[in-house]
Amino acid sequence: MSLETPLHKVRGMGSSHSGVSHFWRQRVTAAALIPLSIWFSVSVLGLMGAHEAATLAFLSQPLNAILMATFVVILLFHMALGLQVVIDDYVHGNASKLLLMLTMRGFSIAAGAVSIFALLRIAGPL
Amino acid sequence: MADTPHPAHRTRPLSPHLGVYRWPVTMATSIVHRMTGLALSAGTILLCWWLIAIASGPEAFNQFTALATTPLGEVILFGFVWSLAYHLLNGIRHLAWDLGYGFAVPTANRSGIFVIASSIVLAIAAFALAYSGHGGFYQ
Repeated sequence: MSLETPLHKVRGMGSSHSGVSHFWRQRVTAAALIPLSIWFSVSVLGLMGAHEAATLAFLSQPLNAILMATFVVILLFHMALGLQVVIDDYVHGNASKLLLMLTMRGFSIAAGAVSIFALLRIAGPL
Repeated sequence: MADTPHPAHRTRPLSPHLGVYRWPVTMATSIVHRMTGLALSAGTILLCWWLIAIASGPEAFNQFTALATTPLGEVILFGFVWSLAYHLLNGIRHLAWDLGYGFAVPTANRSGIFVIASSIVLAIAAFALAYSGHGGFYQ
């Protein structure tokens, strides 16, 4: 006797595919973002009213540049995980869901690439 | 049996729509968590823009700060700061739930009110620090 449900047989997969890893990734990125967003907030507050040169000097320090890059990458990863759930919840229809999901992922990757490029330029040649 | 209407034409009681519920604190905080998440997603464009402006030189940077200090810019920035404070605090509340803490209804209600109140206090405090000239301590 097979313990497979009819739905499982039809789909060829279990009821869940990657739900557990999504759950874990969302929680781990959230936990990582607690100290990182506190650092980010304090830094931006500390740069209030600063001229371009002071801001550039702050972000070209290796520790600050590395923390900012880490913050941006984990933030965008967490954002993509969250937006995926929002799209799953509200967008039905395979075509529009796929299109939105790809646009969202594309935006996340583009935003990450642009931010890292900007940070490399700010940090300057080593 | 003859006068029993066909099941499709029978008027069944409808489940009340969302509009008829009063908003418990936990429901409001959950919806606002998603809304602030969406707002922060849009805010990543500002973060990228800020980094590009710093990398592109004084002209682009001054253009960014000029736009950020217009009334509309400040309203958007306040929304971003409050969303970040709220999503951070309520996110910690969610992580506590994931670990199994704070599920009792009175506790969840109290932590919800705490999150709403302290996120507003944090956002106002950040702006007060910036306006009073106590920001900019890294210069």
